[in-house]
Amino acid sequence: MTFDTVLFYILALVLVVAAFRVITATSPVTGVLHLILTFFTASMMWMLIQAEFLALVLVLVYVGAVMVLFLFVVMMLDMRTEGLKEGLRVYLPLGLGIGIVMVLEMAFVVLRSWGDAPPPAPVADDFDNTLALGTVMYTDYVYAVEIGGLVLLVGMIAAIALTMRKRADYKRTSPSRQVRVRAADRVRLVSMPAQVEAASKEGEEK
Amino acid sequence: MTLGLTHYLIVGAILFAMGVFGFFLNRRNLIVLLMSIELILLAANMNFVAFSTWSGDLAGQVFVFFVLTVAAAEAAIGLAILVLLFRNLSTINVDKLDQLKG
Repeated sequence: MTFDTVLFYILALVLVVAAFRVITATSPVTGVLHLILTFFTASMMWMLIQAEFLALVLVLVYVGAVMVLFLFVVMMLDMRTEGLKEGLRVYLPLGLGIGIVMVLEMAFVVLRSWGDAPPPAPVADDFDNTLALGTVMYTDYVYAVEIGGLVLLVGMIAAIALTMRKRADYKRTSPSRQVRVRAADRVRLVSMPAQVEAASKEGEEK
Repeated sequence: MTLGLTHYLIVGAILFAMGVFGFFLNRRNLIVLLMSIELILLAANMNFVAFSTWSGDLAGQVFVFFVLTVAAAEAAIGLAILVLLFRNLSTINVDKLDQLKG
């Protein structure tokens, strides 16, 4: 057993236990924290097979942004969790059965080739995962990357539009009216004769 | 025993099954349903990365990148809907979402 394999089994154990706690946690905050542990462990498993860029993106973007967003929402909403577990007795055997059947099916198919799986494709000593991925992403997949950016933009606008509230005492400026205004509407120039300074002359004579 | 592709595929299978099991276990709690979706997507990503490494083809890792993009947008919109729902109904129970029922 190599060190990689030992490390893999430790990480896999943490991953499975954390994922199990995500779906069985009574408090949503506990669930989200375990989800963060799940994602972090998965990222370390990717690091183990030299997918460094995606591993770091998963930690920085996913754990750092999306999971913290989850945590914010869960902590912001004062939700009561009692009553949400009703019907568990009915669905537990069904869910358990379906889950076990799925794992067994996949395990049978996958385990059939346990021994004769090929070794990983050899990589050069100076192989740079980030460089290779970036090169491929901005040449072959450049349109797909742009569509991905569009998806994020639509998601952002949708999230803002959904949660924005109209307030009655909301004061704001109208840009179109501001642009349309002319100087003549705001400033009136009045022509006045210049005043002679009479008071200061009297002071000098005394 | 060296680390094989099969190891990663089985972990992916277990993660996927846990995500689906989460749906049955927490059928009423909307936020746990969203977290179960995240688990299922992570299982798919795990398989993509493993196959990409073992076949030496970077296309799988690029696809994981897009899955992460879509999952981030999905999580943002899902949470926005959740906040809206909680503001209007003061609950996150999925069974209370029956306004569209005739």
